[in-house]
Amino acid sequence: MPQTIRLTTPFTDEDVSKLHIGDKVLISGTIYTGRDAAHKRLVELVKAGKDLPFDIKGQIIYYVGPAPAPPGKPIGSAGPTTSYRMDPYAPALMDVGLKGMIGKGPRNQEVIDSMKKNKAVYLAAIGGAAVVVAKSIKEAKVIAYDDLGTEAIRELKVEDFPCIVANDIYGNDIYKEGIKEYKIET
Amino acid sequence: MREINVKEIIHIVRKLCIDANYYIGEDVLNKIKEFYEKEESPTAKEVLSILLENYELAANEKMPSCQDTGVAVVFIELGQDVHLVGGDFYEAINEGVRQGYKDGYLRKSIVNDPIIDRVNTKDNTPALIYTDIVPGEKIRITVAPKGGGSENMSEVKMMKAADGIEGVVDFVVDRVSRSGGNPCPPIVVGVGLGGNFEQSALLAKKALLRPLNESHHEEKWAKVEKKILEKVNKLGIGPQGFGGRTTALGVSIMYKPCHIASMPVAVNIQCHAARHKSAVI
Repeated sequence: MPQTIRLTTPFTDEDVSKLHIGDKVLISGTIYTGRDAAHKRLVELVKAGKDLPFDIKGQIIYYVGPAPAPPGKPIGSAGPTTSYRMDPYAPALMDVGLKGMIGKGPRNQEVIDSMKKNKAVYLAAIGGAAVVVAKSIKEAKVIAYDDLGTEAIRELKVEDFPCIVANDIYGNDIYKEGIKEYKIET
Repeated sequence: MREINVKEIIHIVRKLCIDANYYIGEDVLNKIKEFYEKEESPTAKEVLSILLENYELAANEKMPSCQDTGVAVVFIELGQDVHLVGGDFYEAINEGVRQGYKDGYLRKSIVNDPIIDRVNTKDNTPALIYTDIVPGEKIRITVAPKGGGSENMSEVKMMKAADGIEGVVDFVVDRVSRSGGNPCPPIVVGVGLGGNFEQSALLAKKALLRPLNESHHEEKWAKVEKKILEKVNKLGIGPQGFGGRTTALGVSIMYKPCHIASMPVAVNIQCHAARHKSAVI
Protein backbone atom coordinates (compact mmCIF):
# COMPACT_ATOMS: atom_id res chain seq x y z
CA MET A 1 0.00 0.00 0.00
CA PRO A 2 1.32 3.47 -0.86
CA GLN A 3 2.33 5.46 2.23
CA THR A 4 3.13 9.07 3.05
CA ILE A 5 6.76 9.60 4.06
CA ARG A 6 8.42 12.80 5.31
CA LEU A 7 12.06 13.22 4.34
CA THR A 8 14.70 15.87 4.96
CA THR A 9 17.52 16.57 2.51
CA PRO A 10 20.21 15.47 1.86
CA PHE A 11 18.94 11.91 1.27
CA THR A 12 20.83 8.87 2.60
CA ASP A 13 20.83 5.30 1.25
CA GLU A 14 18.54 4.43 4.14
CA ASP A 15 16.08 7.20 3.22
CA VAL A 16 15.72 6.14 -0.40
CA SER A 17 15.54 2.42 0.46
CA LYS A 18 12.20 3.15 2.21
CA LEU A 19 10.61 4.57 -0.94
CA HIS A 20 8.46 2.57 -3.35
CA ILE A 21 6.58 3.73 -6.43
CA GLY A 22 3.26 5.35 -5.58
CA ASP A 23 4.41 6.54 -2.14
CA LYS A 24 3.72 10.17 -1.38
CA VAL A 25 6.80 12.06 -0.20
CA LEU A 26 6.89 15.39 1.61
CA ILE A 27 10.37 16.88 1.35
CA SER A 28 11.84 19.50 3.66
CA GLY A 29 15.25 21.15 3.55
CA THR A 30 17.35 22.43 0.68
CA ILE A 31 16.87 21.38 -2.95
CA TYR A 32 18.38 22.76 -6.15
CA THR A 33 16.73 23.70 -9.42
CA GLY A 34 18.07 22.93 -12.86
CA ARG A 35 16.74 22.28 -16.33
CA ASP A 36 18.10 21.88 -19.88
CA ALA A 37 20.69 24.67 -20.10
CA ALA A 38 22.00 24.28 -16.52
CA HIS A 39 22.32 20.50 -16.93
CA LYS A 40 24.43 20.99 -20.03
CA ARG A 41 26.86 23.16 -18.04
CA LEU A 42 26.89 20.86 -14.99
CA VAL A 43 27.76 17.81 -17.07
CA GLU A 44 30.51 19.75 -18.87
CA LEU A 45 32.03 20.48 -15.43
CA VAL A 46 31.78 16.82 -14.40
CA LYS A 47 33.47 15.71 -17.63
CA ALA A 48 36.25 18.26 -17.09
CA GLY A 49 36.73 17.00 -13.52
CA LYS A 50 35.85 20.41 -12.07
CA ASP A 51 33.80 21.30 -8.96
CA LEU A 52 30.06 21.86 -9.34
CA PRO A 53 28.48 25.12 -8.07
CA PHE A 54 26.95 23.17 -5.13
CA ASP A 55 27.78 19.98 -3.24
CA ILE A 56 25.72 17.39 -5.08
CA LYS A 57 26.24 14.48 -2.63
CA GLY A 58 22.86 13.21 -1.44
CA GLN A 59 21.14 16.15 -3.09
CA ILE A 60 17.99 16.59 -5.11
CA ILE A 61 17.59 18.52 -8.36
CA TYR A 62 14.13 19.85 -9.17
CA TYR A 63 13.49 20.28 -12.90
CA VAL A 64 11.80 23.67 -12.89
CA GLY A 65 11.98 27.09 -14.49
CA PRO A 66 9.91 29.19 -12.09
CA ALA A 67 7.81 32.20 -12.97
CA PRO A 68 9.09 35.52 -11.50
CA ALA A 69 8.26 36.13 -7.84
CA PRO A 70 5.36 38.54 -7.35
CA PRO A 71 5.84 41.17 -4.60
CA GLY A 72 5.90 39.62 -1.12
CA LYS A 73 6.44 36.05 -2.32
CA PRO A 74 9.74 34.09 -2.39
CA ILE A 75 9.03 32.60 -5.82
CA GLY A 76 6.41 32.59 -8.56
CA SER A 77 4.51 29.57 -9.82
CA ALA A 78 6.92 26.65 -9.82
CA GLY A 79 5.62 23.34 -11.17
CA PRO A 80 7.81 20.64 -12.73
CA THR A 81 8.99 20.59 -16.33
CA THR A 82 9.08 17.44 -18.49
CA SER A 83 11.99 15.26 -17.38
CA TYR A 84 12.97 13.27 -20.48
CA ARG A 85 14.92 16.27 -21.78
CA MET A 86 17.31 15.80 -18.84
CA ASP A 87 17.76 12.06 -19.54
CA PRO A 88 21.01 12.57 -21.50
CA TYR A 89 22.57 14.31 -18.46
CA ALA A 90 21.07 12.56 -15.41
CA PRO A 91 23.31 9.44 -15.20
CA ALA A 92 26.54 11.51 -15.11
CA LEU A 93 25.17 13.51 -12.17
CA MET A 94 24.01 10.41 -10.29
CA ASP A 95 27.52 8.98 -10.75
CA VAL A 96 28.89 11.92 -8.72
CA GLY A 97 26.34 11.65 -5.92
CA LEU A 98 22.94 13.05 -7.00
CA LYS A 99 20.37 11.14 -4.98
CA GLY A 100 17.07 12.40 -6.30
CA MET A 101 15.36 14.13 -9.19
CA ILE A 102 11.97 15.82 -9.23
CA GLY A 103 10.10 16.38 -12.50
CA LYS A 104 7.21 15.05 -14.53
CA GLY A 105 6.81 12.30 -17.09
CA PRO A 106 8.70 9.03 -17.68
CA ARG A 107 12.49 8.48 -17.85
CA ASN A 108 14.44 6.30 -20.27
CA GLN A 109 15.95 2.91 -19.42
CA GLU A 110 19.47 4.32 -19.04
CA VAL A 111 18.29 6.69 -16.31
CA ILE A 112 16.29 3.92 -14.62
CA ASP A 113 19.36 1.64 -14.65
CA SER A 114 21.52 4.44 -13.25
CA MET A 115 19.02 5.00 -10.41
CA LYS A 116 19.26 1.33 -9.50
CA LYS A 117 23.08 1.37 -9.66
CA ASN A 118 23.47 4.62 -7.71
CA LYS A 119 20.56 4.13 -5.28
CA ALA A 120 18.77 7.27 -6.44
CA VAL A 121 15.07 8.02 -6.89
CA TYR A 122 12.89 9.95 -9.32
CA LEU A 123 9.97 11.80 -7.80
CA ALA A 124 7.06 13.24 -9.75
CA ALA A 125 5.53 16.58 -8.84
CA ILE A 126 2.11 17.34 -10.33
CA GLY A 127 2.56 19.05 -13.70
CA GLY A 128 0.43 22.16 -13.90
CA ALA A 129 -0.09 22.39 -10.13
CA ALA A 130 2.45 25.19 -9.99
CA VAL A 131 0.81 27.35 -7.33
CA VAL A 132 0.29 24.37 -5.00
CA VAL A 133 4.00 23.51 -5.34
CA ALA A 134 5.10 27.15 -4.92
CA LYS A 135 3.37 27.26 -1.53
CA SER A 136 5.88 24.73 -0.17
CA ILE A 137 8.86 26.85 -1.26
CA LYS A 138 9.85 29.25 1.52
CA GLU A 139 13.06 30.79 0.14
CA ALA A 140 14.74 30.91 -3.25
CA LYS A 141 18.08 32.33 -4.34
CA VAL A 142 20.09 32.04 -7.52
CA ILE A 143 23.46 30.38 -6.81
CA ALA A 144 24.77 29.87 -10.37
CA TYR A 145 24.25 30.74 -14.03
CA ASP A 146 22.29 33.95 -13.44
CA ASP A 147 22.59 34.64 -17.17
CA LEU A 148 20.15 31.78 -17.83
CA GLY A 149 17.24 33.68 -16.27
CA THR A 150 14.49 31.25 -15.31
CA GLU A 151 16.92 28.39 -16.11
CA ALA A 152 19.53 29.54 -13.54
CA ILE A 153 20.36 27.19 -10.66
CA ARG A 154 18.44 28.20 -7.56
CA GLU A 155 18.77 26.97 -4.01
CA LEU A 156 15.30 26.43 -2.58
CA LYS A 157 14.31 26.00 1.06
CA VAL A 158 11.22 23.81 1.06
CA GLU A 159 8.75 22.58 3.65
CA ASP A 160 6.65 19.52 2.88
CA PHE A 161 7.22 19.80 -0.86
CA PRO A 162 4.68 17.30 -2.26
CA CYS A 163 5.63 14.57 -4.75
CA ILE A 164 5.04 10.95 -5.64
CA VAL A 165 7.70 8.24 -6.08
CA ALA A 166 7.79 7.50 -9.82
CA ASN A 167 10.95 5.35 -9.94
CA ASP A 168 12.39 3.65 -6.85
CA ILE A 169 15.85 2.09 -6.34
CA TYR A 170 14.38 -1.34 -7.05
CA GLY A 171 13.85 -0.64 -10.76
CA ASN A 172 10.08 -0.07 -10.57
CA ASP A 173 8.40 2.53 -12.79
CA ILE A 174 5.01 4.05 -11.93
CA TYR A 175 4.47 5.04 -15.59
CA LYS A 176 4.67 1.41 -16.74
CA GLU A 177 2.83 -0.11 -13.77
CA GLY A 178 0.02 2.49 -13.82
CA ILE A 179 -0.76 1.95 -17.48
CA LYS A 180 -0.60 -1.83 -17.07
CA GLU A 181 -3.22 -1.64 -14.33
CA TYR A 182 -5.70 0.59 -16.17
CA LYS A 183 -5.23 -0.17 -19.85
CA ILE A 184 -8.30 -1.71 -21.53
CA GLU A 185 -7.42 -3.81 -24.59
CA THR A 186 -9.57 -3.06 -27.61
CA MET B 1 -15.06 52.16 -42.34
CA ARG B 2 -14.23 52.23 -38.62
CA GLU B 3 -10.93 53.61 -37.34
CA ILE B 4 -9.21 51.78 -34.51
CA ASN B 5 -5.99 53.05 -32.95
CA VAL B 6 -3.51 50.22 -32.43
CA LYS B 7 -2.73 51.63 -28.96
CA GLU B 8 -6.07 50.14 -27.90
CA ILE B 9 -4.75 46.74 -28.91
CA ILE B 10 -1.80 46.97 -26.50
CA HIS B 11 -3.78 47.02 -23.28
CA ILE B 12 -6.25 44.41 -24.49
CA VAL B 13 -3.50 41.93 -25.40
CA ARG B 14 -1.75 42.70 -22.08
CA LYS B 15 -4.91 41.81 -20.15
CA LEU B 16 -5.65 38.68 -22.19
CA CYS B 17 -2.11 37.33 -21.56
CA ILE B 18 -2.55 37.77 -17.81
CA ASP B 19 -6.14 36.52 -17.61
CA ALA B 20 -5.47 33.42 -19.71
CA ASN B 21 -2.69 32.42 -17.32
CA TYR B 22 -4.48 33.25 -14.04
CA TYR B 23 -8.04 32.16 -14.75
CA ILE B 24 -8.77 28.71 -16.19
CA GLY B 25 -12.00 28.31 -18.17
CA GLU B 26 -15.22 27.09 -16.54
CA ASP B 27 -15.50 24.45 -19.27
CA VAL B 28 -12.17 22.95 -18.15
CA LEU B 29 -13.10 23.00 -14.46
CA ASN B 30 -16.45 21.35 -15.17
CA LYS B 31 -14.87 18.65 -17.34
CA ILE B 32 -12.28 17.80 -14.68
CA LYS B 33 -15.07 17.53 -12.08
CA GLU B 34 -17.08 15.30 -14.43
CA PHE B 35 -14.12 12.95 -14.98
CA TYR B 36 -13.28 12.99 -11.26
CA GLU B 37 -16.65 11.34 -10.57
CA LYS B 38 -15.99 8.59 -13.13
CA GLU B 39 -12.30 7.99 -12.29
CA GLU B 40 -11.49 4.62 -10.68
CA SER B 41 -7.86 5.08 -9.62
CA PRO B 42 -7.41 6.65 -6.15
CA THR B 43 -4.10 8.24 -7.21
CA ALA B 44 -5.75 9.68 -10.32
CA LYS B 45 -8.61 11.09 -8.24
CA GLU B 46 -6.10 12.76 -5.94
CA VAL B 47 -4.23 14.30 -8.89
CA LEU B 48 -7.48 15.69 -10.36
CA SER B 49 -8.45 17.22 -7.04
CA ILE B 50 -4.98 18.83 -6.72
CA LEU B 51 -5.43 20.34 -10.20
CA LEU B 52 -8.76 21.86 -9.18
CA GLU B 53 -7.23 23.17 -5.95
CA ASN B 54 -4.38 24.68 -7.98
CA TYR B 55 -6.74 26.47 -10.38
CA GLU B 56 -8.68 27.93 -7.49
CA LEU B 57 -5.45 29.08 -5.79
CA ALA B 58 -4.13 30.61 -9.02
CA ALA B 59 -7.29 32.69 -9.48
CA ASN B 60 -7.43 33.77 -5.83
CA GLU B 61 -3.75 34.63 -5.48
CA LYS B 62 -3.51 36.10 -8.98
CA MET B 63 -0.66 33.84 -10.03
CA PRO B 64 -0.21 31.87 -13.27
CA SER B 65 -1.68 28.38 -12.80
CA CYS B 66 1.48 26.95 -14.39
CA GLN B 67 5.05 28.29 -14.38
CA ASP B 68 5.20 27.58 -18.13
CA THR B 69 3.20 30.58 -19.24
CA GLY B 70 3.93 29.58 -22.79
CA VAL B 71 4.55 31.17 -26.12
CA ALA B 72 1.84 33.77 -26.71
CA VAL B 73 -0.20 32.46 -29.63
CA VAL B 74 -2.47 35.27 -30.84
CA PHE B 75 -5.40 34.73 -33.19
CA ILE B 76 -6.82 37.81 -34.88
CA GLU B 77 -10.11 38.06 -36.73
CA LEU B 78 -9.83 41.43 -38.41
CA GLY B 79 -12.96 42.98 -39.83
CA GLN B 80 -12.32 44.14 -43.40
CA ASP B 81 -13.98 47.50 -42.71
CA VAL B 82 -11.52 48.35 -39.94
CA HIS B 83 -8.87 50.96 -40.64
CA LEU B 84 -5.94 50.52 -38.23
CA VAL B 85 -4.17 53.78 -37.33
CA GLY B 86 -1.53 54.98 -34.88
CA GLY B 87 1.28 52.56 -35.62
CA ASP B 88 2.27 49.01 -36.53
CA PHE B 89 -0.50 46.54 -35.66
CA TYR B 90 1.79 43.54 -35.04
CA GLU B 91 4.18 45.66 -32.97
CA ALA B 92 1.19 46.70 -30.83
CA ILE B 93 0.37 43.03 -30.22
CA ASN B 94 3.97 42.33 -29.26
CA GLU B 95 3.98 45.35 -26.95
CA GLY B 96 0.85 43.95 -25.28
CA VAL B 97 2.61 40.60 -24.79
CA ARG B 98 5.71 42.38 -23.44
CA GLN B 99 3.65 44.33 -20.89
CA GLY B 100 1.42 41.40 -19.94
CA TYR B 101 4.31 39.04 -19.27
CA LYS B 102 6.16 41.70 -17.24
CA ASP B 103 3.25 43.09 -15.23
CA GLY B 104 1.64 39.69 -14.65
CA TYR B 105 4.90 38.09 -13.38
CA LEU B 106 4.66 35.53 -16.17
CA ARG B 107 7.69 33.51 -17.26
CA LYS B 108 9.65 34.57 -20.33
CA SER B 109 10.19 31.40 -22.31
CA ILE B 110 11.27 32.48 -25.79
CA VAL B 111 14.82 32.07 -27.17
CA ASN B 112 15.99 34.10 -30.17
CA ASP B 113 17.34 31.21 -32.21
CA PRO B 114 16.05 27.64 -31.98
CA ILE B 115 19.37 25.81 -32.35
CA ILE B 116 22.65 27.69 -32.17
CA ASP B 117 22.35 30.70 -29.84
CA ARG B 118 19.21 29.98 -27.79
CA VAL B 119 19.43 33.32 -25.95
CA ASN B 120 16.28 34.33 -24.06
CA THR B 121 14.59 37.43 -25.53
CA LYS B 122 13.62 38.34 -21.91
CA ASP B 123 10.15 39.72 -22.74
CA ASN B 124 8.45 36.63 -24.22
CA THR B 125 8.27 38.18 -27.68
CA PRO B 126 7.84 37.62 -30.51
CA ALA B 127 4.27 36.38 -30.24
CA LEU B 128 2.97 33.94 -32.84
CA ILE B 129 0.28 35.90 -34.66
CA TYR B 130 -2.29 34.45 -37.08
CA THR B 131 -4.67 36.80 -38.84
CA ASP B 132 -7.92 36.08 -40.67
CA ILE B 133 -9.72 38.83 -42.55
CA VAL B 134 -13.47 38.60 -41.92
CA PRO B 135 -16.53 40.71 -42.85
CA GLY B 136 -17.50 43.56 -40.54
CA GLU B 137 -15.85 46.34 -38.58
CA LYS B 138 -14.77 44.59 -35.40
CA ILE B 139 -11.57 42.89 -34.26
CA ARG B 140 -11.64 39.67 -32.28
CA ILE B 141 -8.43 38.89 -30.41
CA THR B 142 -7.71 35.53 -28.79
CA VAL B 143 -4.59 34.86 -26.75
CA ALA B 144 -3.76 31.18 -26.21
CA PRO B 145 -0.53 30.79 -24.19
CA LYS B 146 0.91 27.40 -25.19
CA GLY B 147 3.31 25.45 -23.00
CA GLY B 148 6.28 23.51 -24.34
CA GLY B 149 5.66 20.16 -22.65
CA SER B 150 2.42 19.45 -24.48
CA GLU B 151 3.46 21.14 -27.74
CA ASN B 152 6.48 18.81 -27.93
CA MET B 153 4.15 15.80 -28.14
CA SER B 154 2.43 17.10 -31.31
CA GLU B 155 2.90 15.78 -34.84
CA VAL B 156 1.91 16.17 -38.51
CA LYS B 157 1.60 13.11 -40.73
CA MET B 158 0.93 13.11 -44.48
CA MET B 159 -1.39 10.10 -44.74
CA LYS B 160 -3.00 8.62 -47.82
CA ALA B 161 -6.69 8.39 -48.72
CA ALA B 162 -6.51 4.59 -48.48
CA ASP B 163 -5.77 4.91 -44.74
CA GLY B 164 -9.37 6.09 -44.30
CA ILE B 165 -10.98 7.26 -41.09
CA GLU B 166 -9.70 4.15 -39.26
CA GLY B 167 -6.13 5.10 -40.15
CA VAL B 168 -6.67 8.62 -38.87
CA VAL B 169 -8.21 7.42 -35.60
CA ASP B 170 -5.34 4.96 -35.07
CA PHE B 171 -2.70 7.64 -35.73
CA VAL B 172 -4.27 10.08 -33.27
CA VAL B 173 -4.65 7.42 -30.57
CA ASP B 174 -1.07 6.24 -31.17
CA ARG B 175 0.22 9.81 -30.89
CA VAL B 176 -1.47 10.13 -27.48
CA SER B 177 -0.17 6.71 -26.44
CA ARG B 178 3.42 7.62 -27.31
CA SER B 179 3.06 10.89 -25.37
CA GLY B 180 2.35 9.02 -22.12
CA GLY B 181 2.74 11.17 -19.01
CA ASN B 182 4.82 13.87 -20.72
CA PRO B 183 2.23 16.47 -21.85
CA CYS B 184 0.50 16.83 -18.44
CA PRO B 185 -2.54 14.61 -18.95
CA PRO B 186 -5.49 14.81 -18.76
CA ILE B 187 -4.96 16.43 -22.15
CA VAL B 188 -7.11 17.98 -24.84
CA VAL B 189 -6.45 16.60 -28.33
CA GLY B 190 -6.67 19.04 -31.24
CA VAL B 191 -6.91 17.38 -34.65
CA GLY B 192 -6.47 19.21 -37.95
CA LEU B 193 -7.42 17.37 -41.12
CA GLY B 194 -6.91 18.36 -44.73
CA GLY B 195 -5.77 21.68 -46.13
CA ASN B 196 -2.08 21.17 -46.69
CA PHE B 197 0.98 20.29 -44.60
CA GLU B 198 1.07 23.73 -42.95
CA GLN B 199 -2.67 24.33 -42.72
CA SER B 200 -3.39 21.04 -40.96
CA ALA B 201 -1.17 22.09 -38.04
CA LEU B 202 -2.88 25.47 -37.74
CA LEU B 203 -6.30 23.78 -37.86
CA ALA B 204 -5.25 21.45 -35.03
CA LYS B 205 -4.24 24.46 -32.94
CA LYS B 206 -7.46 26.36 -33.72
CA ALA B 207 -9.47 23.26 -32.80
CA LEU B 208 -8.14 23.65 -29.24
CA LEU B 209 -10.05 26.92 -28.87
CA ARG B 210 -13.44 25.23 -28.98
CA PRO B 211 -15.15 25.00 -25.53
CA LEU B 212 -14.88 21.49 -24.04
CA ASN B 213 -18.63 21.16 -23.59
CA GLU B 214 -19.22 21.46 -27.35
CA SER B 215 -18.85 18.78 -30.04
CA HIS B 216 -18.24 19.21 -33.76
CA HIS B 217 -21.28 20.85 -35.39
CA GLU B 218 -21.48 18.05 -37.97
CA GLU B 219 -22.80 14.78 -36.55
CA LYS B 220 -20.43 12.59 -38.59
CA TRP B 221 -17.39 14.38 -37.14
CA ALA B 222 -18.85 14.55 -33.62
CA LYS B 223 -19.00 10.74 -33.79
CA VAL B 224 -15.31 10.53 -34.76
CA GLU B 225 -14.37 12.82 -31.86
CA LYS B 226 -16.33 10.61 -29.47
CA LYS B 227 -14.70 7.47 -30.82
CA ILE B 228 -11.17 8.88 -30.45
CA LEU B 229 -11.92 10.07 -26.91
CA GLU B 230 -13.21 6.63 -25.91
CA LYS B 231 -10.14 4.89 -27.33
CA VAL B 232 -7.74 7.38 -25.75
CA ASN B 233 -9.33 6.91 -22.35
CA LYS B 234 -8.85 3.16 -22.63
CA LEU B 235 -5.06 3.62 -22.91
CA GLY B 236 -4.75 3.68 -19.11
CA ILE B 237 -2.27 6.59 -19.05
CA GLY B 238 -4.40 8.61 -16.63
CA PRO B 239 -3.68 11.99 -14.99
CA GLN B 240 0.08 12.71 -15.08
CA GLY B 241 0.65 9.23 -16.55
CA PHE B 242 0.28 7.51 -13.15
CA GLY B 243 -2.46 5.22 -14.52
CA GLY B 244 -6.21 5.79 -14.68
CA ARG B 245 -9.24 6.37 -16.87
CA THR B 246 -8.81 10.12 -17.41
CA THR B 247 -6.19 10.52 -20.14
CA ALA B 248 -8.05 13.15 -22.20
CA LEU B 249 -10.82 15.61 -21.36
CA GLY B 250 -11.84 16.11 -24.98
CA VAL B 251 -11.07 15.73 -28.68
CA SER B 252 -11.68 18.58 -31.12
CA ILE B 253 -11.50 18.23 -34.89
CA MET B 254 -11.31 20.89 -37.60
CA TYR B 255 -11.05 20.09 -41.30
CA LYS B 256 -10.63 21.80 -44.68
CA PRO B 257 -10.76 20.61 -48.29
CA CYS B 258 -7.49 19.18 -49.62
CA HIS B 259 -5.64 17.98 -52.76
CA ILE B 260 -6.80 14.72 -54.43
CA ALA B 261 -3.41 13.16 -53.63
CA SER B 262 -3.21 14.23 -49.99
CA MET B 263 -4.62 13.53 -46.55
CA PRO B 264 -2.73 15.67 -44.03
CA VAL B 265 -3.38 14.85 -40.37
CA ALA B 266 -2.09 17.03 -37.53
CA VAL B 267 -2.36 16.31 -33.82
CA ASN B 268 -1.80 19.20 -31.43
CA ILE B 269 -1.62 18.06 -27.83
CA GLN B 270 -2.81 20.49 -25.14
CA CYS B 271 -2.28 20.16 -21.39
CA HIS B 272 -5.21 20.05 -18.95
CA ALA B 273 -5.34 23.84 -18.55
CA ALA B 274 -6.36 24.54 -22.18
CA ARG B 275 -5.64 28.25 -21.68
CA HIS B 276 -7.23 30.87 -23.91
CA LYS B 277 -9.07 34.17 -23.53
CA SER B 278 -10.77 36.38 -26.12
CA ALA B 279 -11.94 39.97 -26.48
CA VAL B 280 -13.85 41.82 -29.19
CA ILE B 281 -13.17 45.46 -30.10
